[in-house]
Parts: sequence; structure tokens; C-alpha cells
Amino acid sequence: MSVEDSNILNVEPVLRRKTALNSIRSWPINLKIGTVIVTIIILAGVFAPALTPYNPIVGDFKSTLLPPNWEHPFGTDNLGRDVLARVLYGTRIDLQIGLIMTYVPLVYGLMLGAIAGFLGGWFDRLLMRLVDIAIAFPFLVLIIVIMTVLGPGIHNMYIAVCAVGWTIYCRLARADMLVIREQEYILAAKALGFGSWRIIFRHAIPNLLAPSLVFSMADVVLCILLASSLSFLGMGVQPPTPEWGAIVADGRDFLLSAWWITTLPGIAIIVTGLGFSLIGVGLSTMLGQRYVPTV
Amino acid sequence: MRLMGYMIRRLLEMIPALLGITLIAFLFMKLLPGDPITILTGGKASPETIAALRAQYGLDKPVYIQYLLFLVKALHGDLGTSILQRMPVTELVLPRVGPTLFLLCYGGLIAVLLTIPLSILSAMHADKPVDHGIRIGGLVTFAMPSFWLGLLLILLFGLKLGWFPIAGWGEGFFGHLYYLFLPSLTIGLFLAPILILSLRSSLLEIMGAEYVEAARAKGLKPTRIMVKHVLRNALIPTVTILAVNIGWLVGGSVVIETVFSIPGLGMLLVRSVLYRDYPTILGLTIVFGILVMVVNLLADLSYAVIDPRVEVK
Repeated sequence: MSVEDSNILNVEPVLRRKTALNSIRSWPINLKIGTVIVTIIILAGVFAPALTPYNPIVGDFKSTLLPPNWEHPFGTDNLGRDVLARVLYGTRIDLQIGLIMTYVPLVYGLMLGAIAGFLGGWFDRLLMRLVDIAIAFPFLVLIIVIMTVLGPGIHNMYIAVCAVGWTIYCRLARADMLVIREQEYILAAKALGFGSWRIIFRHAIPNLLAPSLVFSMADVVLCILLASSLSFLGMGVQPPTPEWGAIVADGRDFLLSAWWITTLPGIAIIVTGLGFSLIGVGLSTMLGQRYVPTV
Repeated sequence: MRLMGYMIRRLLEMIPALLGITLIAFLFMKLLPGDPITILTGGKASPETIAALRAQYGLDKPVYIQYLLFLVKALHGDLGTSILQRMPVTELVLPRVGPTLFLLCYGGLIAVLLTIPLSILSAMHADKPVDHGIRIGGLVTFAMPSFWLGLLLILLFGLKLGWFPIAGWGEGFFGHLYYLFLPSLTIGLFLAPILILSLRSSLLEIMGAEYVEAARAKGLKPTRIMVKHVLRNALIPTVTILAVNIGWLVGGSVVIETVFSIPGLGMLLVRSVLYRDYPTILGLTIVFGILVMVVNLLADLSYAVIDPRVEVK
């Protein structure tokens, strides 16, 4: 960024009153488009019963494997269920999965990482050994092994991901804490005699949020992909619950005769993923972070 | 020689992580529902027989002794007997390492082959339509579920056009190349956008560096500057990203092997989970852990090859 640019940025807030509308106007275009996509998907999930007259679970055996038409825009599956209805109701399940599996581990992963980075010592060493071991396993394999112990189902999937997913946020927060710890405002807080707890939670964590927040957008996408993969393998959400990966799996046996069952739910996953990714890219430019969705 | 010492040190550092992996795998086995002796005897044996069997399998000893016995056996290559296949887990697992490794390397190669030209194109036309197109396209393929993409590739190139086989991994090196093309493409299309995002921003950063300006002032050809001066320096962060994602990729291969019926570790894992073949799951967990560690070691070594300045500390 050149000198002129940064001057403009400094002057801007003084000239224009900061209202909610103005701050939305200043968002990068990616963030705007992403927010619109995600809002539409959330609304589609909330208003699913109003958007489709069909039941996502009980089918009509007189109309099985119908190709897309006016009555069934996404066609019907082998049990005569409307695929659009299943995809719409699936929105509720998949968004819930994506958000819970991302933001629950984020909260305590971030806190643990921040505490470990600030305090150091045995707690830090122990935590990092744990993180190293968790990272040595391929993520999906570890989840599958935990799910073998717990049994299939959506709640066990939450438990498995919550047991492992925090490690990435822990690493992110710890790495930044090691840098922040040495900065003047933290030293000032220390000099004022504030306790470690207050410094970590009131002074450091607000400054640690940005990288985790940007990564969390990619993580929502990855969690939805993970959950739908598990459901596809028969270990995640159990039938007849409409989950996007499970619907794709339903259509697997009818790939050649009824392409729509497999194809169309996949597009729902892609659009959702694109929405969150665009928010992630937009946030990263706004917060001055690099958007690289590593795992 | 320096590299040799570094290798040995890294291999020694792997020992604690390996112990952790086996410990966790062992604890999982202990946590599993059901008593192995009851399963073995079908619950119909006399208490004396059960006690004798417990002693024979070492189950009457304290847990830490059991873990040590398990470790000693594992070091001798004995990971127990598969319940489903009635053969040693080691014999079941080892022939399946090949297909999985081939698939991962092939997928990684396709990802790199897509990444380098596309990120150069993207960086040279930064913020132009080409750049936006590549980046949006990347976000789209990143969000594609691999099983979905795999099924669509099977439908289009396997079933409709008949260009590629849809199952198995073929005979001989070229057979593998042919059979594993679609599955590797699926892996490559997921991995490439992550690498492109990273390489593009590194390229842009380095294209503004003074030594690149100097090279341009010397009158070097733009392609030579790009390949010799910019690309080589920009590759290092991308290799890190590649290495960090290997764990995810190995996990992804589980799904892709199932979709394409490739006789690798992942397909064996899914089948073992469905039939609750615990000894096999345990053995596979350890093999997967080792696989990720080895790949990370290879990534670290490749830094030294790309960048001679890298301190092998």
C-alpha cells in the first residue's frame, strides 16, 4: 500500500459518519456477494416448509425416479421423495453441522492456545505434545476411528470433531500470542499490575481473533465436506435424515439412470462452500490477513 | 553429509510421536465396547477356559504391561489377526500401501502441474478477468465434495464416454497411471486451489522485489525471470502448505478409494469399520500415522533442495 492510500484511509472516518450502512458499503465485493449467498441459503433452510409442498422423509411410491420436471424441479429418488425438498431440508442439517463443528472447537481451541502461549511452561509443552500427536493422524482417519468407538450418528460426529478440531485454532492462537506477548500494550498492562487472566482475555484475545476468524470461514466449508463425506460412507448422519452427502450417496446406485439424485445436492454443497469462501476472502482483505485454507 | 545427519535427527524425533500414535491407538482398542474374550468364545466357555485365554492373550496383566507387550509385538511386525479376513493384519495392510501412496503422489503431481502455470498466469494478470476467473474457479473446486466430483467423473468419462476405467488400479506402472487418472484428478482439483492461492500471493510479493527489478534491468527475458528468479523463491511457502495439507489429503484418499474401488488402505479402513474388524482398524491407524510423518519428513527435505540457504538445523 502506498503512502497516499494510507492517508486516505486515515482521513475517511472523520469525513463520513460511521453508520452500519456505510460500513457495509465499504466491504470488499467478495464479502458482499458471500454474505448474500449465505443469507439466501440460511433463508432457504428456515423457510423450507414454505418453499416446498413435499415431505423430505416420506415418499410417494407412485412417482419414483422421475427426472426433473415442473412438479419436481430436482426430480424424485428411488423412494419417490422430492429431491428438492430433501436438499432444502438438508440445508438445516448441513448449516448446523458446519457452524457447530467450526465454532465450538474455535472457542476453546483459541482460549487454550492463548493461555498456553502466554503462560508457557509445562502447560504449553503438554498441550503442544497433544496437538502434535493429533496432527500426526490424518484428520478424517482420526474422526473415523473415534466414530468406530462411539458408533455412527450426528451427535457422535460432533463429539469426535470437538475432540480433534480445536488443535488448529490452538496452534494459530498460540503462534500469535508468542508475538503479541512481547508488545508494548501487553507490557503496559503487566506494568499496571493486571492479572494474567485479565490480560489474556481482555487485551490479547481480541487481537488474536482475526486469523482464526478468517480461517473459520474455510473451516465451515471443510466441516460440511467432512460431515457429508462421513454420511456418504455411512458413518455420519443416518438415513432417512436429509443430509446433502447422504442424498448424494442415495443416488450412487442410480448414477446412470437417475443422475439428478447425485448431481443436484452436490451443487448445494458447492454454492454454500463458495458463499463461505467468498466471505473468508473478503474478511481476509478487510482484516489484512492472508486467506489460505490450510487444514 | 549434513543432510544425512539431519535425516537421522529427524528420524529420532519421530520416535516420541510414534509412541503417542501407538498409545492412542491402543487406548482406543481398550475403550471399544465388548470384551474380546467373550467375542472370541461366543460367551459359551467355562470360567476356567476364559481365565486361561485371558492369561494366553496377556489380558490378566495391568494395562501398561499390556501396552508394552503390544509395542513389542508391533515392533516385530505383528499387529494381531484380522477378524474379518482371518489373516495377520500386517499381511493384509502392507500390499495396500502401494495403491494409496501411488494415488497420493499422482494426485499431488496433478495438483502441482495445475498450480504452477495457473498461478503464474494469475499473478501476471493480477486483478484482471483471467485472475478473477482462476480464483473463483479455485473456490468452486475447493468446495466440491470429492465423492461427488468422483461420481460425476465416473458418470461422464467412465460410463458415458467410456474413456477411463471406473474401478481398480490396473497392472504395471502405466496401468496404474491410466486407472488412477480420474481419482488423482479428483484429489488434484481439491488441492490445486489451496496451492494456487498461496503461490499467487507469494509470486506477487516476489515480483515486486528489488532483485527481480534488477534482473529486468539486465534485460533478461520475462519467462526466464519468472522461472529462475521468481518461481523458485515463491515455491517455499507453497511446499509448506502442501505438507500441512497432506494429513487432510490422506484422509480424503479414504473417500476417493471407496468411490473408485481402489484396493488401498482407505477402502480397507471403511470396510473394516463397517464390519467392526478392530485389529485391522488399529493396524491401519498406526500405518496412516506413519505415512503422514514420512510425508512431512519428505517435505522438510525438499526445502533443502529448493532453497540451498535453508538451515538444516
